[in-house]
Amino acid sequence: MKLGKSTREAFGLALADLGARYPDIVVLDGDVHNSTRTEHFAKRFPERFFNVGIAESNLVSMAGGMAGAGKRPWLASFAAFVMCNAYDQLRMSVAFPCADVKVVGSHAGISIGEDGPSQMGIEDVALACALPNFTVVVPADEPSTWAAVEALTELRTPAYLRVGRPNVPIVYDQPPPFRIGQAIRLRDGKDLTLIANGLMVAAALQAAEELARSGIQARVLDMHTVKPLDEQAVAEAARETGRIVIAEEHTIYGGLGSVVAMAAARHHPVPIRFVALKDTFAESGPPEALLAKYGLTAGDIVREAKSLLG
Amino acid sequence: MAGLPLQELEAKARTLRRHIITSTTQAGSGHPTSSLSAVEVVTALYFGGILRYDPLRPNWPPRDRFILSKGHAAPLLYAALAEAGYFPVEALATLRQLGSPLEGHPNLRRLPGVEASTGSLGQGLSIGLGHALAARMDGYDSRVYVLLGDGEIDQGQVWEAVMSAVKYRADNLIAIVDRNGYQQTGPTAEVLDLEPLAPKWEAFGWAVQEINGHDLTQVLTALQKAGVSRGKPSVIIARTQKGYPIMDLLSEANYHGKPLSLAEAEKALARIG
Repeated sequence: MKLGKSTREAFGLALADLGARYPDIVVLDGDVHNSTRTEHFAKRFPERFFNVGIAESNLVSMAGGMAGAGKRPWLASFAAFVMCNAYDQLRMSVAFPCADVKVVGSHAGISIGEDGPSQMGIEDVALACALPNFTVVVPADEPSTWAAVEALTELRTPAYLRVGRPNVPIVYDQPPPFRIGQAIRLRDGKDLTLIANGLMVAAALQAAEELARSGIQARVLDMHTVKPLDEQAVAEAARETGRIVIAEEHTIYGGLGSVVAMAAARHHPVPIRFVALKDTFAESGPPEALLAKYGLTAGDIVREAKSLLG
Repeated sequence: MAGLPLQELEAKARTLRRHIITSTTQAGSGHPTSSLSAVEVVTALYFGGILRYDPLRPNWPPRDRFILSKGHAAPLLYAALAEAGYFPVEALATLRQLGSPLEGHPNLRRLPGVEASTGSLGQGLSIGLGHALAARMDGYDSRVYVLLGDGEIDQGQVWEAVMSAVKYRADNLIAIVDRNGYQQTGPTAEVLDLEPLAPKWEAFGWAVQEINGHDLTQVLTALQKAGVSRGKPSVIIARTQKGYPIMDLLSEANYHGKPLSLAEAEKALARIG
């Protein structure tokens, strides 16, 4: 797979592009616009860009107020800071009033690398999913991030978009058939289903290739929307392939694995394995080395898949 | 809209006080004393010709906003909204009941006229700043009034908003601090001392006025002056008494988060007249 831009860069470019079409988009920043890439919007639309400083609580509630006045606010900071520092504000200024605020957490997962655990959002998806009224989207690559930003702009309710720091492989050569709440089947197979999101989608596709060399046919689903979950796709995967491996760059508690397992349990219980961060913080190091050390590679997916198939 | 003359305004304040006591005593819970301290401020805003609003069009874009950041004073907000015509006064009797939109703390999705869902303290000034900047971007001369509790400004977020409002020269944002001197477990001076309060706001770049928050004339004058501030946001520190004017009828010096008993309510209503 060809390496594309990072999902944070794709987000920043898409947002600046949409800014021209939607005069009511405003962007709020917690003084990290050169990291989250809202700088692209800031350069084109300075009068609609607000850097409120290192003050996530105020950042989130201000966005809630602007939504109350009819704007379409997007706010961005590191996933770890916006979700963990301003959770009460997300709850009371955004989720409870069902305000049209789009929350973007960048530098999600452990693939940010050397900056280390304080900067790594590893529990952000669980936190976002726990907020009523929130939609939660974790795109895999550059084209699907563009599509996600467009789709979320049209959604007039709260949403969390998770993006990452490193450049990631292009999963979609063509514009993806992206619809919020609808999984994308990237590969079909009858022996088991690999369900992934974020940068683990590319890893799942690699794993499927490798499994195919051992004669195992894996279905691969890009489950970019964690909430509302495409329960039908999960039910079909369980019924038709009988086994599921879920892969995500997130703590094993409360993320994609948890919600997919819940859906499978409800519709058609099958054996499931989880490729995720195993209830631990990571550490500083090169991104690839971290993903390998903490069990988030195509090889880890293959191993779990083979253990499922006995 | 034109404001009521002073005598009628005083009568309106008494009406709001009666609603606060009656509705919380009937509900069997709530924060009547925290509501009573801010009655003159809210009366002046809604009935003194300060706020521009239309109960038939609660989301009318050029409206002024009133945000009750100290959400536990919801009985006061509901009394004002009912008297202003957003919903029938009879609905006040449903306060805190299952199915009623008059919840324990304000919920904007269920009640017209509520601008922010509050109750987790510290968020209202930021929400108000968001409204103020959005209104300005749209070319409206709307003003945004945010009522804060004094205990509430323990919250760090309030000071984040205070700094931001100065950065953005939000002169259409007016904060009012209900300086009643008490928070849930005791005097603010003991829990977390706020003084020197006015110099703090001044040092942060706000235009500051300190007034007697139970003197309607002072409240009106201060609100009018704050409304024409240029280049910087305004704060009015309204010195008030918790439970005014019936606190001495209650059993504790800091009677917080409890309704009056039927007997106490009867005495209180007689006092208010």
